[in-house]
Amino acid sequence: MVALDQVDFTVQPGEVHALMGENGAGKSTLIKVMTGVYPADKGSIRLAGQEICPTSPSDATRLGISTVYQEVNLAPNLSVAENICLGREPKGWSGIRWREVRKRADQALARLSVSIDTGRALGSYSVAIQQMAAIARALDVQAKVLVLDEPTSSLDAAEVQQLFEAINRLKAEGMGIVFVTHFLDQVYAISDWMTILRNGRKVAEGATKDITRTDLVKHMIGREMSSDEAHPKAPESSALQSPPLLTAQSLNRKGAITNLDVSIGAGEVLGLAGLLGSGRSESVRLFFGCDRLDSGKLEVDGKGVHGWSSSDAIRAGFGYCPEDRKTSGIVPELSVRENIVLVLQSRRGWLRSIPRKRQADLAQRMVAQLNIATTDIEKPVQFLSGGNQQKALLARWLLTEPRLLLLDEPTRGIDVGAKQEIMNLVEDLRGKGMSFVFVSSELAEVVRTCRKVAVLRDRRMVETLTGSEITEERIMATIAEVSH
Amino acid sequence: MAIPLIVLAAILLFDLFFTPGFFSLEIRDGRLYGSLIDVVNRAAPVMLLSVGMTLVIATGGVDLSVGAVMAIVGATSACLIAKPSGSILSGIPVGTSIPAIIAVSLGVALICGLFNGVLVSFFSFQPIVATLLLMVAGRGLAQLLTDGQIIIFTNPGFASMGSGAWFGIPIPIWLAVGMFGLMGLLSRRTNLGLFVEAVGSNPVASQLSGINARTIKLAVYAICGICAGIAGLIGTADIKAADANNAGLYLELDAILAVAIGGTSMAGGRFTLAGSLIGALLMQTLATTIFARGITPEATLVLKALIVVGVCLFQSPRFQARFQHRQAGAQG
Repeated sequence: MVALDQVDFTVQPGEVHALMGENGAGKSTLIKVMTGVYPADKGSIRLAGQEICPTSPSDATRLGISTVYQEVNLAPNLSVAENICLGREPKGWSGIRWREVRKRADQALARLSVSIDTGRALGSYSVAIQQMAAIARALDVQAKVLVLDEPTSSLDAAEVQQLFEAINRLKAEGMGIVFVTHFLDQVYAISDWMTILRNGRKVAEGATKDITRTDLVKHMIGREMSSDEAHPKAPESSALQSPPLLTAQSLNRKGAITNLDVSIGAGEVLGLAGLLGSGRSESVRLFFGCDRLDSGKLEVDGKGVHGWSSSDAIRAGFGYCPEDRKTSGIVPELSVRENIVLVLQSRRGWLRSIPRKRQADLAQRMVAQLNIATTDIEKPVQFLSGGNQQKALLARWLLTEPRLLLLDEPTRGIDVGAKQEIMNLVEDLRGKGMSFVFVSSELAEVVRTCRKVAVLRDRRMVETLTGSEITEERIMATIAEVSH
Repeated sequence: MAIPLIVLAAILLFDLFFTPGFFSLEIRDGRLYGSLIDVVNRAAPVMLLSVGMTLVIATGGVDLSVGAVMAIVGATSACLIAKPSGSILSGIPVGTSIPAIIAVSLGVALICGLFNGVLVSFFSFQPIVATLLLMVAGRGLAQLLTDGQIIIFTNPGFASMGSGAWFGIPIPIWLAVGMFGLMGLLSRRTNLGLFVEAVGSNPVASQLSGINARTIKLAVYAICGICAGIAGLIGTADIKAADANNAGLYLELDAILAVAIGGTSMAGGRFTLAGSLIGALLMQTLATTIFARGITPEATLVLKALIVVGVCLFQSPRFQARFQHRQAGAQG
């Protein structure tokens, strides 16, 4: 696997350069190579004409490349000033010169036109201010290039505006800024130039004003060269007369999703399409009761539900394969058998255990049915490959014979064969009346699997496509539309 | 579990050759006597503690309060028997019924365990902080119960819990082995063990699988409290007195060590009750052996620490990986 394949990338002084791409496109790797986290296997980095070879992030900072990461990596209990000067406090004969620390912090923030009490704890300020402090920290050293990795993901509209003003100010000072984001509107609002990566390669580069939104989305999502689209679609099952299994009416959760309206009937596959960070995973989490709603109504079998929790969802016959399989899906130390029977056991309560023999039979049956490659069902699941872990996770839910299975990126990071098997399984089960919510970054998969697709953009549902409207072109165009 | 077992066997082998009479057993007054019985008998309180501690550690927690809970339970039972005038417990109408005294004392232990459990599972206290509270406050509480006195009592029935024997085997051994058996059955015949391991290994995934992590955590701290309670009763019955300052002192550390030696990861997840039991026995065998060799008490702790470090080192994944690597290299 090559994470980054012969990518040329140039940032001019006084330029905001957007680095675009979906998950696994190579953005993070590129940034990490630039900032000295990883060494490049081949190629070189030049800063103002000088060849440099940063060996660590602090080395890169010293050379003039500063990075502000998505999550604010500062100490919330220290004051703003301490955070800004941490590790490079001006020292005098009696130790740290605190007055100087404050002055420097004030100056750095003034460059961003932020005026706050730098003596207060960082944690007492809003995320936006914390983000500014992180930038100010990056500016405190004489940075020539500033890398902002998704700086806006936790900011609201007014805060984003504040950040953009700061960026424009720095741009005017002649700093080169690399800007990574998933919000298309923001890219067009702030960037001058963009580079688009996909699967570790540069697929396009150009002035922002010359690249249309549709082209951008096309380049980011790309197209799989396959004959998938020629697949005839099975007719909708006739079970749609009964009340829908799950109805969502204007679901809202701050920082997750706004006004989501969808319904899923029996034997239906609902696709959620959109870029990363558009609210896909967040919507699924709401369906499964992982997070609480701020407002809106969730109906199961036509009846409104309140205080919907994961255990309620399991009781109602829902299943959920989360996006981050490793951190919230598998239980790594437990065996394949134990992972597979886990939900079945939890539904029976702690007292009524399934006899060991029956557990082994059930697990063995699922291993055979889903073609899980493992030498032994007693092997800890952490030693299986990604695709087989995903199948074990599916097996865990299928054993409970769910009515609705929520699949968030079920095919990410697994090999082509396993992908195909999972897609076929979904199709097969759908035919038997099981419902699905299907989230995937691979549009081809969404088009192939779903008869109804809700398109999300910037944490908002923008359109629902059905039947023949579902094509990659149409979905991309909808994702790319200018929001008003 | 294999490594502590090997080390235990090695120490016993050493005793076979170098400690005269270590393996000799004799029956006096219908009771077995001998170094081996003595080792197990002395290890019984730590064995009991380590059973509860194993479950708590498997959920990713720790319980530092078990020593203090032993003191509280000791104080409770002694006050219920002796009924000293200054104690607030003297008013509880248990009479002289030993079952009632034991029931009330274990009830207090259960409350202590639930207190820890509620702090950890419902208020999300870090386990080390939550249980540190009771560890520190518990001894004070025990002193309040005894009004600062060492309560001495005479009650042959109750004292037999510490020094009596049943079918020739000391009662503390029966209690420790019984608790071990009960928990072994409970954790493997029901889903308790599976849920404990799931919660300890991946709490997020467990929650999404419908396992109620709160209830599980509450349960293991409650069980740990009960185990500490039984250990406290044994300790008090053994010396026929309640000493709030010294009962169970530092035993929480021995229990944690027993779990670590047994091979249960401090990070939570997979646990082995049998391993912890062997860990507790290993430490006591070691202590008795060192004592029998006539080594000065000062050196005893250091020697004990060295052997414990050795066992833990052999079990560390990194060490094992390197060892296997070297073996593979030697073969290839």
